[in-house]
Amino acid sequence: MSFVDQFWQLTVTGLLVGAIYAVIALGYTLVYGVLQLINFAHSEVFMLGAFGGLFAVRALLPSGNINALLSVLLVLAGLAFGAASGGLAAFALERTAYRPLRRRGAPRLAYLISAIGASLFASNLAGKEFGRDSVNLPKDLFTYNTEVFSVFGARVSSQDLVVFLVALAMLLILDRVVSGTQLGRGIRAVAQDADTASLMGVNVERVIVRTFVIGGLLAGAGGFLYAMKFNASFTMGFIPGVKAFTAAVLGGIGNVRGAVLGGLVLGLVENYGQFFLGADYTDVVAFMVLVLILLVRPSGLLGERLGRAA
Amino acid sequence: MTTAVSARLSSPLARRLGGCLFLALVTAVVTGPDGSNVHPLDGVKNSLLNTRVFGFLVFGLLLFAVTSLSGRTKPIGLTQVRTRLSQAVGQRGTRPTGYLLLLAIAVLVPLQLSPAAQGSLFLDVGIYALLALGLNVVVGYAGLLDLGYIAFYAIGAYTTAYFTSSVINGKVVYPLPVHSPLLLNPFFVFPIAVLIASVAGIILGGPTLRLRGDYLAIVTLGFGEIVQILARNSDPLTNGSRGAFGVPPLSLHIGGFSYTWGQDALPYYYLLLGIVVVVMIAFSRLERSRIGRALAAIREDEVAAEASGVQTLRYKLLAFAIGASTSGFAGVLYATRQFFNPETFSLQASILVLTIVIFGGMGNIFGAVLGAVVLQGLAYILRDPIPLIGFKVPDADRFVYFGAVIMIMMVFRPQGLVPSRRRKREITMSEQGMGSADSLGSGEVSA
Amino acid sequence: MTLLVVDDVVVRYGAVEALKGISLSVEQGEVVTLLGSNGAGKTTTLRTISGLHAPARGTILLDGEPLTGKPPHEVAAMGVGHVPEGRRVFPRMSVNENLEMGAYRDRSHLKEDTDRVFQLFPRLAERREQQGGTLSGGEQQMLAIGRALMSRPRVLLLDEPSMGLAPLIVQTIFEIIKQVNDEGVTVLLVEQNAAQALRLADRGYVLETGTMAMDGAAKDLLVDDRVRQVYLGEG
Repeated sequence: MSFVDQFWQLTVTGLLVGAIYAVIALGYTLVYGVLQLINFAHSEVFMLGAFGGLFAVRALLPSGNINALLSVLLVLAGLAFGAASGGLAAFALERTAYRPLRRRGAPRLAYLISAIGASLFASNLAGKEFGRDSVNLPKDLFTYNTEVFSVFGARVSSQDLVVFLVALAMLLILDRVVSGTQLGRGIRAVAQDADTASLMGVNVERVIVRTFVIGGLLAGAGGFLYAMKFNASFTMGFIPGVKAFTAAVLGGIGNVRGAVLGGLVLGLVENYGQFFLGADYTDVVAFMVLVLILLVRPSGLLGERLGRAA
Repeated sequence: MTTAVSARLSSPLARRLGGCLFLALVTAVVTGPDGSNVHPLDGVKNSLLNTRVFGFLVFGLLLFAVTSLSGRTKPIGLTQVRTRLSQAVGQRGTRPTGYLLLLAIAVLVPLQLSPAAQGSLFLDVGIYALLALGLNVVVGYAGLLDLGYIAFYAIGAYTTAYFTSSVINGKVVYPLPVHSPLLLNPFFVFPIAVLIASVAGIILGGPTLRLRGDYLAIVTLGFGEIVQILARNSDPLTNGSRGAFGVPPLSLHIGGFSYTWGQDALPYYYLLLGIVVVVMIAFSRLERSRIGRALAAIREDEVAAEASGVQTLRYKLLAFAIGASTSGFAGVLYATRQFFNPETFSLQASILVLTIVIFGGMGNIFGAVLGAVVLQGLAYILRDPIPLIGFKVPDADRFVYFGAVIMIMMVFRPQGLVPSRRRKREITMSEQGMGSADSLGSGEVSA
Repeated sequence: MTLLVVDDVVVRYGAVEALKGISLSVEQGEVVTLLGSNGAGKTTTLRTISGLHAPARGTILLDGEPLTGKPPHEVAAMGVGHVPEGRRVFPRMSVNENLEMGAYRDRSHLKEDTDRVFQLFPRLAERREQQGGTLSGGEQQMLAIGRALMSRPRVLLLDEPSMGLAPLIVQTIFEIIKQVNDEGVTVLLVEQNAAQALRLADRGYVLETGTMAMDGAAKDLLVDDRVRQVYLGEG
């Protein structure tokens, strides 16, 4: 098969994976916006969201056949529980690994290290509690799903479509939240100038916590989407985490729309790259993109900012 | 420094009580039984809905009582430990008796240990102490976070495999599918590996050390991953995941004298002990040299250092290369003793070294070694259940504890077990809003 | 009636004592100016009132209620408007959005107050959609003042509004401050431009390296020999 034959299939898969990266990348970018720090533990928030959503669906799964409506409801439940788990995890993370350091005004290195510790702790604890094998969504959740769309000859399952649409919906909602709500104004003000924001009556501490939680909700739901498409395991966070971070940097860290663009671009680039280099090197492609962008244009495609309309 | 005041606690005592009890419950879960993916909540349930939880709650209350009485939220004990240690060690470096005593312990105690413990002393404690000493130069002296540190260790190990061969059952065995036309005694590989590792360090560091510190962390992490992925997938070069088998043990042949480090771990250990001592002396001189002072200046205020003519990038690069070469050196030593494959060089190994440096005390040479002894020693001891309590840490769970150690240190004792004086002062200064105490840019963290 | 009281306030940065126990008070409806050279502690005083620095000792009261120990957003909610040193407009928000930030806590008068600010500063009205960071220095200062007014403060803290501005614009800014004060807003004005500040103010204080060196009616300070020498650059 030549690249041309594969092009649309690679594009579809790339956009799909890219949309998930974008959803996770938003968490990095939002937290970076308000704290100017990379949240190294964000990947584990994603992982915990995946488990939360997956276990919830499994617990709710009735015995017997599943029709399309029930399947949709279960997916929604999985998203809700995934988001809730992610939000909770992010909240706990901020409380334990960030806030105590902020209270004493620790140097930046300390935050990075403490987040790395939190990441190590969370992922290995998940391994202990949830087992160390990967977990799949119940197979029969999508049994009704035999038909496959075709876009320019590329095969799209309805599961793929669900993943993509949900990711897209979340991105749109977040964009609205950041540009048009009180919290969004607070987030942008803190990102631009935290001291002055506090003089305007913005409760900076609260904005920071809520920013973490929003990032967690998105990453948690994203985790469920990822688990739906692939699987969940206690080590699942690391690679998508680094890639989402890459996406955030690619688009311009701190820039909400940049994160979305970065996610989609990275998804495409790594899928095209994979075609030429082989599946073993997918991750290498992402790392190379990261290194290149940092060296050539560290402010990213759209520039670093938590901009006007997000 | 946004002073967007943090001091306002609704009720400090209630908060502290909540914190202590929360910590106790988390400890209960961490030390409790496992769950599984079929019953994901069983681990938590069996940990908490069990009489053992009362023990932990009592522990939480005790923690609360002790921290409230002493009036500070510092974990107790450590301070005393440190005082005693520094008495023994002589922090200012003017107490030769203290040093001799420690050296005597390091020489004599291993003789009493079981062969398995001796093996672990070399592989888990000694090698990691050496690795931590090197990473300490990068993190502690230069304030740079290197998460791909173990990649240089891999470079050292694979270099050794490339330059050596051994004879097993009368057959020549090459550790890798490719080998150097000129095969060497492993001792001669040391300088080569150090050279290659430091060149790799310079190649990686050259362009990336300009980046903000947190970006550097991610780029080095990516580098570590790429090295591991390449090692795993380049079968014709590295043997892929099957790894390298057949690196000969260390041996010396000088004139008529001949000695081979064999199966016994102790000779390896003593050689390593000697190396560690030499490295400690070298690095403590480094710290006091012009280079060390320049690095301290960069850490404290990079802009000011640059303005006063310190070539910051050059010094950072130097620190990075010193760290890389130490790691490469350790890789050679490891390869001559132990079979390895790409999985040996995981991100977790890098983070383990980082944990040791942080636990011991960033910037402190003794801290790096002590961190390795305590953490790895505990990990070894806790493989088997402790008598009476029955508590043990299975291998698979170890990183839960290491993660917790990192967080606890960062929250309660960022200067580590044996703080470096300078470093401690810098952390305090940074917390009062002056200087940065790392090379992550003078940017502040809001609120 | 005394609106703002600062009593024996000490602020430390590490080992350095930036404020060594200063006191001042501002009456309802007054314009009070705080003078002093660079590093005297003027900005620190304002930032401490706003809760950006925690005093090591001393009390601050607004209308009898303690501000000490409250975080900045609570101080703001109690009616303290702060125009920070260097204006600090949000660079990547439009003029409109910056003004909205001023009304962050209470948007019920948003429209009305925005119009009022645009009345005070017609220049801003022309630039409503322009990004804060792209405005000229004078416009940024207008925006910063307008933004602070959006919260309908009881007392307005102004930190060097004339800094780096052309004389003509300084004139406009001071006229606006006068106008705002006439409308009933109490003003505490930190300035290096002592002559202009004293002409506007009812009373003045002089800070010297963290201690209050002098205070009195503005017209007296204006003719005081020491003030003339050190701060008015005369003699």
